[in-house]
Amino acid sequence: MKKFKIALLGLIGVFVLAFTTKDTASGYAVGDVATDFSLKNIDNKMVSLKDYKDAKGYIVIFTCNHCPYAKAYEDRIIALDAKFKKLGYPVIAINPNNPELNKDDSFDKMIVRAKEKGFTFPYLLDEGQKIYPQYGATKTPHVYVLQKTAKGNIVKYIGAIDDNYEDAKDVKVKYVEDAVNELLKGKEVKVKTTKAIGCSIKA
Amino acid sequence: MKVLKCFMAVLVISFLVSCAKKKEEVKVDLPKPLKVYNASGIDVKSFDFERLEPYLNIKNDTTYVYNFWATWCEPCVAELPSFLKLQETYKNKPFKLVLVSLDFPKSVEKSLLPFVAKKKLNAEVILLNDPDANSWIEKVNKEWSGAIPATLIFNAKQRKFFEQSFDYETLEKEVKPFIN
Repeated sequence: MKKFKIALLGLIGVFVLAFTTKDTASGYAVGDVATDFSLKNIDNKMVSLKDYKDAKGYIVIFTCNHCPYAKAYEDRIIALDAKFKKLGYPVIAINPNNPELNKDDSFDKMIVRAKEKGFTFPYLLDEGQKIYPQYGATKTPHVYVLQKTAKGNIVKYIGAIDDNYEDAKDVKVKYVEDAVNELLKGKEVKVKTTKAIGCSIKA
Repeated sequence: MKVLKCFMAVLVISFLVSCAKKKEEVKVDLPKPLKVYNASGIDVKSFDFERLEPYLNIKNDTTYVYNFWATWCEPCVAELPSFLKLQETYKNKPFKLVLVSLDFPKSVEKSLLPFVAKKKLNAEVILLNDPDANSWIEKVNKEWSGAIPATLIFNAKQRKFFEQSFDYETLEKEVKPFIN
């Protein structure tokens, strides 16, 4: 009987473990509090969300150098920063990839790419690949719009930048712009999650 | 006697009608591609999702493996040989491999066609040209975040989706239960 009890306990333990690991692997849902971080920027300075005292929120974008989808969105990411930084929603770009697995995503290459494109926002390296799994990013580009509140930075939107990766001119719906505009007006974000094709993150 | 003849005639007619009807039902018209790219004997058909979707829902004896990839996606390219080997393993079975490229349409001639030629990709390669990915990703599978490589395995009885990379052993282990 004792053996049976132990076996049963073990079984329950396995179940609990299985479910909890599944939970952490899936990352944030809309409404969750997003973690802050301290990651190295291309100017060698550490950057955290809390450094932005006047920000009303953040457009956190997991992106990288090598991925054609990320490249296709570079100009649009610069445009987002140009439009929304002054309104209190700066872009924070994070490269989640392990540079050892793809040399194009090395810290040095990040510096080069940011210069070439004239990035106006921090471009951080997720050293040790510890931050992106907490957010639940799976690919580049992958966007999280956060709103700063007394309770912390709340996730308000997760997904794609807009509805056309191929050509910015053919875009019909600008998901991130719409979400930030709604937050700025004190409204509820209408489209809270979208999906996009992207390069799987290499950790 | 006349009644019997009449009855027979009705029977024959209804049989013929039912036959004709049955034939009509069997013949399913699958959508035609948007465009066919061609270079040095290689054909790549392009589809938007609306045209591709019926193919992803064919229910017959064949087991279909749809692998979503792109020439610029390193883990995708790395796993292609495993898929080709799988196709070889099941060449005498009702099995069909389709490699769905998500390369940008503007780089098909420059990247995709030369890649297929150079790597001697002896499999059906098609292009999914539908930039509004949010409208179709969940129609492939609800769990798909949109990262590639991704693989869909299905036949009339079952359906499985994987957002991951495969080596040959793992892939064969997943496909085998579909075949037998």
